[in-house]
Amino acid sequence: MGRYVIRRLLQMIPVFIGSTFLIFFMVYALGDPVAALFGDKAPDPATAARIRKDLYLDEPLWKQYLHYMGQILTGDFGTAFNGQKVTELMASAFPVTLRLTIVALLFEIVVGIVLGVLSGLRRGRSLDTSVLLITLIVVSIPTFVSGYVLQFLIGVKWGVVTPAVSPYAPFGELILPGVVLALTSLAYVTRLTRTTIAENSRADYIRTAVAKGLPRHRLVTRHLLRNSLIPVVTFIGTDVGALMGGAIVTERIFNIHGVGYQLYQGILRQNSPTVVGFVTILVIVFLLANLLVDLLYAVLDPRIRYA
Amino acid sequence: MPEPEPYPEPRAVDPQPAMDAITPGDGGAMTLATGDARSLGEGPLPGGPGSAKSRSLWSDAWHDLRRNPVFLISALVIVFLVLIAIRPGLIASGNPLQCDLAKAQEGSQPGHPFGFDTQGCDVYTRTVHGARASIAVGICATAGATLLGSVLGGLAGFFGGWWDALLSRIADIFFGIPIILGGLVFLSVVTSGSVWPVVGFIVLLGWPQISRIARGSVVTAKQNDYVQAARALGAGNRRMLLRHIAPNAVAPVIVVATIALGTYIALEATLSFVGVGLKPPTVSWGIDISNASVQIRNAPHMLLWPAGALSITVLAFIMLGDAVRDALDPKLR
Repeated sequence: MGRYVIRRLLQMIPVFIGSTFLIFFMVYALGDPVAALFGDKAPDPATAARIRKDLYLDEPLWKQYLHYMGQILTGDFGTAFNGQKVTELMASAFPVTLRLTIVALLFEIVVGIVLGVLSGLRRGRSLDTSVLLITLIVVSIPTFVSGYVLQFLIGVKWGVVTPAVSPYAPFGELILPGVVLALTSLAYVTRLTRTTIAENSRADYIRTAVAKGLPRHRLVTRHLLRNSLIPVVTFIGTDVGALMGGAIVTERIFNIHGVGYQLYQGILRQNSPTVVGFVTILVIVFLLANLLVDLLYAVLDPRIRYA
Repeated sequence: MPEPEPYPEPRAVDPQPAMDAITPGDGGAMTLATGDARSLGEGPLPGGPGSAKSRSLWSDAWHDLRRNPVFLISALVIVFLVLIAIRPGLIASGNPLQCDLAKAQEGSQPGHPFGFDTQGCDVYTRTVHGARASIAVGICATAGATLLGSVLGGLAGFFGGWWDALLSRIADIFFGIPIILGGLVFLSVVTSGSVWPVVGFIVLLGWPQISRIARGSVVTAKQNDYVQAARALGAGNRRMLLRHIAPNAVAPVIVVATIALGTYIALEATLSFVGVGLKPPTVSWGIDISNASVQIRNAPHMLLWPAGALSITVLAFIMLGDAVRDALDPKLR
């Protein structure tokens, strides 16, 4: 187990380097951060050269990257061009997005799995058909459309929740944005659960369990669900990163000052340290979530062992 | 990995008689000859007058599709969308860029069923003309990602070895970047507002998904007996790939690509909505929805029409993918 974790962590290193270098390349090589500092004005060549030297930008790209990574390892994510430390921005933004992601994940797991189990057990009946149809429609409505429509209906017209979120973003205000963020994934979780439940409910061990006279809820929770959850857990694990990255759209609709908001501002103003720093953290979150999923397999299915 | 070939490749011999020579009169030879890997062990499919004759996967799938209402409805919608994407003038004769500020945000009126947007442009005309960008991005991006992904993934699955390992790691790298985020970073430096940068970006981040599927199905197809038999008869790599493996590995790729088409259209609209995808004067649903979102309290019609058109388009392609998957993957039925 321990050796497996170490091997996986080592395997992550090239992926981590590749992803961050790709982002680093896009931000620093395709854009010009120094020109962006001056806004619309043409920079004075001497000043620009001095800034380049100060910011380590006159070196070749791979040296810049090594320098940057070296600093990150000591916990220094650099300074945004407005003088604020990037770590300060992170400290204010990540808790907000984390809360939003938790709301979305909870909603997607609870509602998605319950709906999936219900429709998978009643395959071909009216409940199953309507769940399939609804999930299909939900998948095809893009987040930014459902976000605005739900905000308008629930927040403005009926006044059930506040349409915009205050800067500190407590859990209560994040329920509607969390639901909006989760909608597409919710549909996928429902369909995935439905398929695996329907497949496994015809398995021999289920017939045996029924023949033994086990109560139905025990049959579903202990036998059926546990054997059906692996693909669902895989999806949810990869979804953590997608949710945090995809929060850009949701955060913009509901005016939430989280990771997406800071990233969007950073990209608009070509604030390179902010962008690269935030993306690096997101990539790490994504990789760790995937590792966690692999370790969860063994919990769900003891036949899987790690050597 | 060049293999020594002591005997010349039997070019004159057609693979089908060769197979029959190995297992004469065997029931399995018929399935092998039709190239239907999936029907192995499935038994004869019930119903239909043609079931006495062994049907290939494709004619069987087509047989199912023609009777599937979901497929018929979505195909009809898609044909209509493609038609208006090619010739928007057929149902909307106006110019989408010709606007009259005096009519800004007015509701529906005779001749202008969807009303006007903030600039006083006719929402109906803009909604119809917006189909072109979405369909173009969807089809081009899917074609590009599928071609790149299936060639790279297929070769990796066939040859294995270091190329396979390298490709898997490269795919992992692209998987590690959240797609909307990558779009923001990558496309914010592009000044052109045409469809090509968006297509290029979607291909760049979309191919790993296809290549994973293609690699997996090639690895599965490679282990089939008829492929081993073809190898034993001295077929070269080229012939093995094109004649024996590709036809049997392509079904899952087609399924994933059809569903991806719908999601790519939604992705284009999202990128345009955030402001880095298509840019005016290109007419796009994403841009119109973004502009209308500010005014949703006063004039929701400006948002609802393009949003509805976008959702129906995505829905049609995802439904098509669903129907194709049901037809090509009888196990799930």
